[in-house]
Amino acid sequence: MVEIDNLGLDSVGIVAFISTFMGAVLCIQMAFNIDTPLVPLYTIGFVTRQSVVLEFSPTIISLILAGKVGSRVASELGTMRVTEQIDAIEIIGINPATYLIFPKVVAAVLVNPILILMSMMMAIFGGWLAGVTTGLVASSTYIYGIKAFFDSYDIVYAMIKTVVFAFLIVSISGYHGFYTKGGALEVGASSTKGVVHSSIAIIVFNLILTQLLLA
Amino acid sequence: MIEAKNVSKSFGDNLVLDEVSVRFEPGKCNLIIGQSGSGKTVLMKCLVGLFEIDSGKVLYGDRVFSKMSFDEMKMIRQEIGMLFQGGALFDSMTVEENVMFPLSMFTNQTPAEKLERANFCLSRVKLENANKLFPAEISGGMKKRVAIARAIAMNPKYLFCDEPNSGLDPLTANVIDILISEITQEYNITTVVNTHDMNSVIEIGDRISYIHKGKLWWQGDNESILKSDNPELNEFVFATELTRKLK
Repeated sequence: MVEIDNLGLDSVGIVAFISTFMGAVLCIQMAFNIDTPLVPLYTIGFVTRQSVVLEFSPTIISLILAGKVGSRVASELGTMRVTEQIDAIEIIGINPATYLIFPKVVAAVLVNPILILMSMMMAIFGGWLAGVTTGLVASSTYIYGIKAFFDSYDIVYAMIKTVVFAFLIVSISGYHGFYTKGGALEVGASSTKGVVHSSIAIIVFNLILTQLLLA
Repeated sequence: MIEAKNVSKSFGDNLVLDEVSVRFEPGKCNLIIGQSGSGKTVLMKCLVGLFEIDSGKVLYGDRVFSKMSFDEMKMIRQEIGMLFQGGALFDSMTVEENVMFPLSMFTNQTPAEKLERANFCLSRVKLENANKLFPAEISGGMKKRVAIARAIAMNPKYLFCDEPNSGLDPLTANVIDILISEITQEYNITTVVNTHDMNSVIEIGDRISYIHKGKLWWQGDNESILKSDNPELNEFVFATELTRKLK
């Protein structure tokens, strides 16, 4: 529960904020790109939903979580390593990797899908808010677009990506933190490595999973 | 009894321990002394299995510790208490939770029983009113005492102390030394203390092993160390002008 709180609930604010603005920008950009009456206006809602569900929420928010959660995990474990707290756990007779990293992985895998679902809702809401308040699209048209051609497999695809990304973020950052050697400088370096490597892994796995699940 | 037999350890090309053989007796404060970088901490970490040795053996009684798997080591580690140089208290836990941590992991005691044991251990190290404080809220000396309380919570057979006095004023350092010595005798623990503090050597050194350049250079007790004619040992023991004059 502590890990769910630390890794998940702590991120609700930033995820909600970024998602709302991300959805708003997507909606406005779509509206400005539709310059022909041949394309119906509900396309704004439809494309906003598809972009958010398929890519922006699972991938962009996971990249943001890689920065927030990844640095937290790596620096926490790195500090525990350099202050000999991990050695102390090992001396007591506990496997420190299992004790420290496994609950974080479980927490992230459980809580990240909830965060991403929330992100999708907030982004779609942000798009509606921006579209309606700027007068680019009518509320009913946007909502019609949101509902149009909906395939529930898109959500499954997004959730599979989210779970894999959550695992990558915590395990890669945890690895770098756990094997930190030295002092404060090295803790900082581990934190940076954790974020960079997990971000790269997310980008690479995004392509692999998309090919596997959508192609 | 703990015994190291021909233990060698190197990091890359750097040979840190060179065939060290040393025995640590129960009910005694067994001190490992030596200059910084001489290999004391590496020897201690080899003894507790935090470093894998390159060759030789580490024995706990007649059990060959150095050849054990992690799960086999786990049984012996439950008999080990260790005081780390910086205390190594879990900073997300209170003092009381730190002391109860090994009990929560390895016993089926009720919360009340664990609390009772934690209170006993904390009173043993003369820390009665710090239960709810976090490590960041207590002094260096108090941290060391909490670490000792945590180390003795499981009634260990073996107690390892890595530079228990580092960073402490002489009076607090002496309190820690006396505490370690009392606990060792009271529970007949095999205590291994890693130090370069000469006050500790004189105060509690029942058996002293001097490590020099990764080798066991000299062994004796706190009386014979002052009379030794070993030049390297004398250079270490009587390092200051004042101690040389006193000699």
